[in-house]
Amino acid sequence: MITEPIVTELRLPTRLGFEKVAMDTAASVAQIMGFSDDRVDDLKTAVAEACINAIEHGNQLNNLLGVVVTMSMGEASLEVRIRDQGPGVSEEMHTPDIDRKMLGEETPRGMGMFLIQALVDEVEYVSGQPTGGNYARLTIHLHAPKTDRGEGQ
Amino acid sequence: MVTPTKTNVEQTGDVAVMRFEGDITSASEEAVLGKYKSLASTTKTILLDFAKVPYLNSSGIALVIQLMMAASKASQKVLCFGLSAHFNKVFTMLGLAKYTTLHADEKAARAAAA
Repeated sequence: MITEPIVTELRLPTRLGFEKVAMDTAASVAQIMGFSDDRVDDLKTAVAEACINAIEHGNQLNNLLGVVVTMSMGEASLEVRIRDQGPGVSEEMHTPDIDRKMLGEETPRGMGMFLIQALVDEVEYVSGQPTGGNYARLTIHLHAPKTDRGEGQ
Repeated sequence: MVTPTKTNVEQTGDVAVMRFEGDITSASEEAVLGKYKSLASTTKTILLDFAKVPYLNSSGIALVIQLMMAASKASQKVLCFGLSAHFNKVFTMLGLAKYTTLHADEKAARAAAA
């Protein structure tokens, strides 16, 4: 039984590609906790997209800044906090419209926040921290099916 | 780090198979859109093989959407196969299944294209 969260922390450089380090570490932690393979896959994509957001939008690709990823393993949930140090703000959340994208009326990109929201159980974005930067907090629960995904565990 | 994308193109008549190998990310523009532009102008059907793609992010999916946009303008049909169950779900969530079809393997994709 876990009484205090067990914390794993990573510091990533602001370089695209390093989101895979966070993604694979989060997957390992989730596997230790007993998450099913499909939930681990959901978490991997969500963590990767949040890190890309921090690198591209938060830190604005400034390689003097870092991204800190903190994974807190609780009794029945895993919280992943992705903090950047930059002046930028997170990509705005909107539901991508494939019809508009195919017509060239909407950028083909801009799907990361939507995927994060769809793939994990809870998401919170906090901008303009007193020490600078922003963070995203993603949570997945071991036993709480996310009904709006249209599937159970 | 990201594994660079390689794309092997097999062209048989008016059918082209683009076999991707490696991660598909924002760095994959040449491997996705560049290779698409190199297809024969007579191409009517394009099969995208994702069986050897371990990592695909939203920027990579955006390149696939751009390929689909170009194919749509050229009246070409695009079919995908070899995606993991997770990325099948992601493609469906994002609405891509409205403009392409998702198949388990090449045999199923070719049968659907015929």
